[in-house]
Amino acid sequence: MTQSQAPELPVDQIPAFPMERTCPFHPPAAYSEIQDGDAPVKVRLTRSGRIAWLITSHDQVRQVLAHPGVSSDRTAPNFPLAVNLDPEEIKNMPKPALIGLDPPEHSVQRRQVITEFTVRRTKDLRPRIQQIVDDAIDDLLAAGKGADLVEHVSLPVPSMVICELLGVPYADHDYFQERTRALLSRDSTIEQGRRALNELGDYFVELLTAKEKNTPDDMLGRLITAGRADGTYDRDELAALARLLLIAGHETTANMISLGTVALLENPEQLAKLKADSGLLPTTVEELLRVFAIADVATSRTALVDMEVGGVLIKAGDGIIASGLAASHDPGVFPEPHAIDVTRSARAHVAFGYGVHQCLGQNLARAELEIAYETLFRRVPGLTLAVPAENLPYKNDAFIYGIHEVPVTW
Amino acid sequence: MRIKADRDVCVGAGQCVLTDPDVFDQGVDDGIVWLLAEVPGPEHEDKVREAVSLCPSGALSIVEE
Ligand code: HEM
Ligand code: SF4
Repeated sequence: MTQSQAPELPVDQIPAFPMERTCPFHPPAAYSEIQDGDAPVKVRLTRSGRIAWLITSHDQVRQVLAHPGVSSDRTAPNFPLAVNLDPEEIKNMPKPALIGLDPPEHSVQRRQVITEFTVRRTKDLRPRIQQIVDDAIDDLLAAGKGADLVEHVSLPVPSMVICELLGVPYADHDYFQERTRALLSRDSTIEQGRRALNELGDYFVELLTAKEKNTPDDMLGRLITAGRADGTYDRDELAALARLLLIAGHETTANMISLGTVALLENPEQLAKLKADSGLLPTTVEELLRVFAIADVATSRTALVDMEVGGVLIKAGDGIIASGLAASHDPGVFPEPHAIDVTRSARAHVAFGYGVHQCLGQNLARAELEIAYETLFRRVPGLTLAVPAENLPYKNDAFIYGIHEVPVTW
Repeated sequence: MRIKADRDVCVGAGQCVLTDPDVFDQGVDDGIVWLLAEVPGPEHEDKVREAVSLCPSGALSIVEE
């Protein structure tokens, strides 16, 4: 393939990003048009005004995310920021744990926590997740017909699972739940959201201080012990990691519970297959992860070196959006990509990203989603939407795709 | 077919374990890939190739013999 410079478009002709969806269940139509061209294109981020390369084909997205010459540093000058921050705010952004770090720093931190998220460890958590899901569904049923699935199931399940994982004492659950709700509710103002985030940060520092005394056998206790053993223990750093786990694992999983449930209800023939054979749960979950790929632009980077992608030269310093959603709908890899097929083997999707940052919590997310869908459709066999799917409030302008509210009946 | 697993490169995402738990495991102490069989039987060939292509870090490779 010959290397070519992309034609230099005047700024006002560069397509705006994010691109609009016409159907809540399909990626923006512009993604497939770009994919047909099989080469990265430049886009202009509407909020930050920054220009970045949008990559849409499955092999090119994986190529970029696995490339050693890309950076996740959110403070880099051309990083495709989805929000508009002034330079001072960017400089003062708290140093993020894990997700914003590059190797070798990233590798050191990731290795400290891998053991907590292995396939085996998440399997051991399943009975507790089942209890949490059952309690949430009791709560939904008690709230009566017309209740909101998001409020009673989608949000509390991942929040409780993270409490469990981090070892948040039972007595603090209400405090914790209230803050995480304020963090994510669309009714919160920016100020309320920020306050909730700060309070959770302070809460984790206090929790760690308490756990330092008797280092219990839970995740934070074990990480304190391990950090002390090799002399790397840093309370603030571990608090930042705990907060990242909460943020990365909460809204994502919640949105997938809501979207997956709605998608199955809207595709009754697929739901019937799943109900007839619970052995299809793992492929169902992968297919729903693929179809929605809700963290589409979480996989944004900056190039550190010149690299050729799809015949185009991406220069050191350029911003890159490696679209997980577009890649997961590449027709060359997933025939009829917009159709939901619960029997498809969809595991090559990029909904969890690719490369060294691939989702740390993916096996936990799989377990939560399998248990949530299975239990919901088993215990509430007559579940239906209380409003038509096309009238639900989808999170069209959010960083993570989802639905704000899903009234259901049975 | 012989599998090579680079334990320095692995990021512990567990994609391999999910694909073929008879061949791949994650170390209890470090969560890093652990081969249960370096030269798996022919019945594992497809799964192993799938695991190699799903591995996000490039830690896995196949040496044809
Ligand atoms: C359906 C649910 C989820 C989706 C779609 C999802 C998606 C993603 C994606 C796309 C990335 C890669 C970001 C990048 O490349 O920069 C990521 C990273 C991450 N996720 Fe998830 N995630 C989910 C659930 C979870 C859960 C349950 C947890 C943990 C409690 C979690 C923790 C993390 C962490 C810690 C990272 C950063 C890993 C690193 O930088 O090494 N996620 N996730
Ligand atoms: S899939 Fe790759 S990165 Fe993940 S555990 Fe296996 S070898 Fe390691």
